[in-house]
Amino acid sequence: MSKIVGVAFSPSDVAGIQSFAAALGVPFDVIQIVGSPVLDAGAGTVFAAQLSDLSPADGIASGVHQAASGYSHIVAVSSMASKDVLARLAGLLDCAMVTDVIAAQSTTVFQRPVVAGTIIQTVEVLAEPVVLTFRPAGFPKQAPAGQSAVAPFSVPASKVTITQAAHKTGGRPDLTQASVVVSGGRPLKDAASFESIIGGLADALGGAAGATRAAVDSGIAANELQVGQTGKIVAPDLYIAAGISGSTQHMAGIKDSKLIVAINKDPDAPIFEVADLGLVADLYEAIPAIRALLGK
Amino acid sequence: MTILVPVKRVVDPYAKVRPLGDGSGIDTTGVKFEINPFDEIAVEEAVRLREKNPAIQIVVVSIGGAECEEQLRKALAMGADKAILIETSHVYDSLGIAKELEAVVASVQPSVVLMGKQATDDDCNQAGQMLAARLDWPQACFASKVELGAEKATVSREADLGVETVEMPLPCVITTDLRLNEPRFVALPGIIKARSKPLERIAPKTTSAPKTRTVKMESPSARSAGRKVASVEELVAELKNRGALST
Ligand SMILES: Cc1cc2nc3c(=O)[nH]c(=O)nc-3n(C[C@H](O)[C@H](O)[C@H](O)COP(=O)(O)OP(=O)(O)OC[C@H]3O[C@@H](n4cnc5c(N)ncnc54)[C@H](O)[C@@H]3O)c2cc1C
Ligand SMILES: Nc1ncnc2c1ncn2[C@@H]1O[C@H](COP(=O)(O)O)[C@@H](O)[C@H]1O
Repeated sequence: MSKIVGVAFSPSDVAGIQSFAAALGVPFDVIQIVGSPVLDAGAGTVFAAQLSDLSPADGIASGVHQAASGYSHIVAVSSMASKDVLARLAGLLDCAMVTDVIAAQSTTVFQRPVVAGTIIQTVEVLAEPVVLTFRPAGFPKQAPAGQSAVAPFSVPASKVTITQAAHKTGGRPDLTQASVVVSGGRPLKDAASFESIIGGLADALGGAAGATRAAVDSGIAANELQVGQTGKIVAPDLYIAAGISGSTQHMAGIKDSKLIVAINKDPDAPIFEVADLGLVADLYEAIPAIRALLGK
Repeated sequence: MTILVPVKRVVDPYAKVRPLGDGSGIDTTGVKFEINPFDEIAVEEAVRLREKNPAIQIVVVSIGGAECEEQLRKALAMGADKAILIETSHVYDSLGIAKELEAVVASVQPSVVLMGKQATDDDCNQAGQMLAARLDWPQACFASKVELGAEKATVSREADLGVETVEMPLPCVITTDLRLNEPRFVALPGIIKARSKPLERIAPKTTSAPKTRTVKMESPSARSAGRKVASVEELVAELKNRGALST
């Protein structure tokens, strides 16, 4: 009998776990690390640690390890935190792991992107249990469901001490959750112009700001804004790429967006081969003009 | 103090690769191979740590066919002291790699295993954490800054919300992110000198069968190319038409 336990690193992960379990048609429990327990997603039991911030990976992995017996699938929404913890967990369980699942053909056959998303691998898991991370965009959202039972979950001590925590900066929505993402690339001159042009349009649209590695590397944008193969994977309703060439590595992070808009002054930029709507223009002129038309 | 750096031979991350016609794998004809970029960053970081502490010895290890010597020689040229090639045609998943590395750790006895966060071919992001689990060592993944003391490591790491700083006792596993450093260019004299550095070939120690199997490799369904709009006005009108500007 299959049974899923989903590890939620943030409260919003719980709905993602619900969608994934529904796609597999398998009942599920949740281990929720941070925040007050989410009890309306149809989980049998939510084991809640109720931490205010994430603790280091080794402790969480040991805690989940102790709780994992009886489950065929230990799953989490793809994120830096889930990759950190779940791969360690797979090492403890001596079991297979599948990273970044985008589709499930059965409870043991999954699809995932490899080589920066240029190839889709279908992979079969040969033994249970399996540990996996998945991208929620591939799994249809489910309606709120019956009340879950709630139980405590304790996170064992860690050998690692966090001496300086990461804190979310600014009031914009989370990149991976936002329904609109506006991203900027190398041509943004400096942090101030990135903030006013890319950040300004993001705010006007109620969205998040993102960046290419080139923009992050040159100090124009913060690390955590990097979108792509080795950054965040986004799947908004609207993705606006301004001054972005469209490298394979960047595209790997945005392919699941519903509508991709590209603004680039080079008509031959590769991004136009994948954008739904392309505008050949200088972003320094186009973006203020868009805001003027929106009246924002 | 010894730092162990595992390096994987991968297809050039800037090359365009395609699946083989029968879907059994990736077509690598005519494609260059490189050190996995994250592992190259790990080698560079080890060399920089040794510049600060000359007592550090750097051992690099690669698991794969005889051709991995090319990547090990490059790591030696960058400044590693010694290389180990675990020569095998066995197919590994990341768990299998972690087990093989565990055996190397037992013989090399490093204080730190410094390795890439992910191989850019399989994009798994697993082996480092799995190795740390098996050794029961602390881990700091996605490092953007590393300081090494006699008994502890201080690592700034990229978390979902931004950069966090952690401290942990040695021995430990650290995985690298792209911003940790920019690997040096190796000039010809370095590569020539590296030819005389020791490279030991050994047989794999573990035999476990992989717990996953690749069923198929295929091209993703391409996004249908869209169209160009002529002006900002047309763009905004089109966005409104498609209901994309709900806010
Ligand atoms: C292992 C590895 C992992 C990587 N991971 C990532 C990743 O996760 N995310 C990522 O983004 N990259 C990643 N990269 C880097 C990637 O290969 C590209 O180098 C990067 O995405 C390019 O960023 P860019 O589009 O901003 O810059 P460029 O490629 O330089 O493009 C800039 C574009 O801006 C246009 N432009 C210039 N001026 C203007 C203007 N005034 N108005 C409008 N358009 C203008 C130009 O025509 C050009 O098309 C990775 C690379 C490697 C090797
Ligand atoms: N065949 C290999 N030889 C040496 N190191 C490897 C090999 N495969 C993976 N690794 C190491 O494990 C890291 C993570 O790989 P992966 O889990 O495949 O994404 C890589 O960055 C390497 O440091």
